[in-house]
Amino acid sequence: MIEAINLHKRYGGFTAVDDLSFQVEPGQVLGFLGPNGAGKSTTMKMLTGFLSPTSGTARILGHDILDDSLAARRCMGYLPEGAPSYGEMTVSEFLRFVARARGLDAGAVDSAAGAAMERLNLGGVVHQPIDTLSKGFKRRVGLAQAILHDPQVLILDEPTDGLDPNQKHEVRRLIQDMASDKIIVISTHILEEVEAVCNRVMIIARGRLLADDTPAALVARSRYHNAVTLVVDNAESAASTLSELPQVAKAEIRDGALTVFPAGAGLFEAVSGAVAQHGWQVRELRLENGRFDEVFRTITRDVDPNTEQTPDQEAGHHAVVEEAR
Amino acid sequence: MNAVLTVARRELAGYFATPVAWVFIVIFLVMTGVFTFYLGGFYQRGIADLEPFFRFHPWLYLFLVPAIAMRLWAEERRAGTIELLLTLPLSLPQAVLGKFLASWVFLGVCLALTFPTWLTVNYLGDPDNGAILAAYLGSWLMAGGMLAIGSCMSALTRNQVVAFILAVVACFAFLLSGLPFVLELFSGWAPQVLVDAIAGLSFLSHFADISRGVIDLRDLVYFALVIGFWLAANMILLEMKKGES
Repeated sequence: MIEAINLHKRYGGFTAVDDLSFQVEPGQVLGFLGPNGAGKSTTMKMLTGFLSPTSGTARILGHDILDDSLAARRCMGYLPEGAPSYGEMTVSEFLRFVARARGLDAGAVDSAAGAAMERLNLGGVVHQPIDTLSKGFKRRVGLAQAILHDPQVLILDEPTDGLDPNQKHEVRRLIQDMASDKIIVISTHILEEVEAVCNRVMIIARGRLLADDTPAALVARSRYHNAVTLVVDNAESAASTLSELPQVAKAEIRDGALTVFPAGAGLFEAVSGAVAQHGWQVRELRLENGRFDEVFRTITRDVDPNTEQTPDQEAGHHAVVEEAR
Repeated sequence: MNAVLTVARRELAGYFATPVAWVFIVIFLVMTGVFTFYLGGFYQRGIADLEPFFRFHPWLYLFLVPAIAMRLWAEERRAGTIELLLTLPLSLPQAVLGKFLASWVFLGVCLALTFPTWLTVNYLGDPDNGAILAAYLGSWLMAGGMLAIGSCMSALTRNQVVAFILAVVACFAFLLSGLPFVLELFSGWAPQVLVDAIAGLSFLSHFADISRGVIDLRDLVYFALVIGFWLAANMILLEMKKGES
């Protein structure tokens, strides 16, 4: 179990992490989500023992990160932001170095490095200097060093950054494969990634915890949750007709699509009933699950000074704040 | 100890994986040769010893040792690998010592490769080989002292050029403090104890003692203290500046 207890990190007058407390249990894949500069990386750097908290502490499987740092680090695998590695070393040399530094004995070093390389499909570049590899390979080398000692706890800072869609899929599958008995914490600003691999999400902005829930529950906070969107020829008259229904709270037309928001249960049935009754030419009719990007913006909007306060920006947009170090 | 060796091994392999090591060795050997045979007047003196060889070592090290030391931590910070290294289950002293030892061993190898000079002097005459061995030891210890200074300066910045300049200045101060004209600046007004203390800080006087063939415990302790002090400062700086990229 990871326990973070009132973690604070201040740089001069700037508070990067502000009183963060949480627990992560085995089997959980926790996604840290937040605008850039929210404190995600700083929190991970404190959990892995790279930075000391200004106050507060954390325990990794019972080992305090301050009093028992080496023991805590031993049970963790960590992919730092940007997947740094020693560029002049070959993939094999680098992984063997990490294995030795992790205290594996001579026989285990080779087998651990070999298994990690196989797991991340690094077979073709074993003897290439890391500097000569593409961004995607470098990221996989970083992941390989994080998992090679089969750690109980994995902390991955933006594990799929810079990968192409196929590689992203591979890495997500790898994370899911390992998820059953491990504690995995990933940070990302890719919303779909959270939905794909995490079973718990913490939204952080300006160093504060704003939401802690499952991805599904977060999506359900969306005003689009259980709304119905339909594309019809005469959207305006359809909108006024549907507004009369008791199940409909509100109807909105955007980009030619009509969305009706629920006032109670049974909205979809009511709408499809109305469609059949009036004989509308419907090209598209769907039940909305909820929009994660909309929930994300709503939650982070109030605390992120760089985000414009318009309620509906283009999907997935979020402000870029200098990552605080 | 294993952890120290693991770090040292990686660091040392890193020198030889790039042209850094080879360029450095060639320059080091050429420079020692030039200094010994041209500036030092090795042949003209007509004495079978290596005094002209060792006399220039402090000044050669003044530039070459910071060149080796500058990348130690600055490069780790620039590349971000410091975060990887310091989250491995290694203590900070193990990491600092491992990297320091790697570069010190490397300088030892460079020094050992000057053996043709020693062969030459043995061929030409009958030198005091004990004194020569002592001088080699003194030279290596002095290199270690400068390396510790350079390692510490390298932890201050992610820019290798800045690290180099800081290290040269700091090493220069440690060399100068033994020269007569610096001591004369103080001897007029400062108490003798202070003048002696400043003179005692200098690499030059301790190196001169050892290279005469006298291995005094005080000189060994001096170099151990210099290395220990700067490596401790190195650790403190790393701990303080870790969070800045």
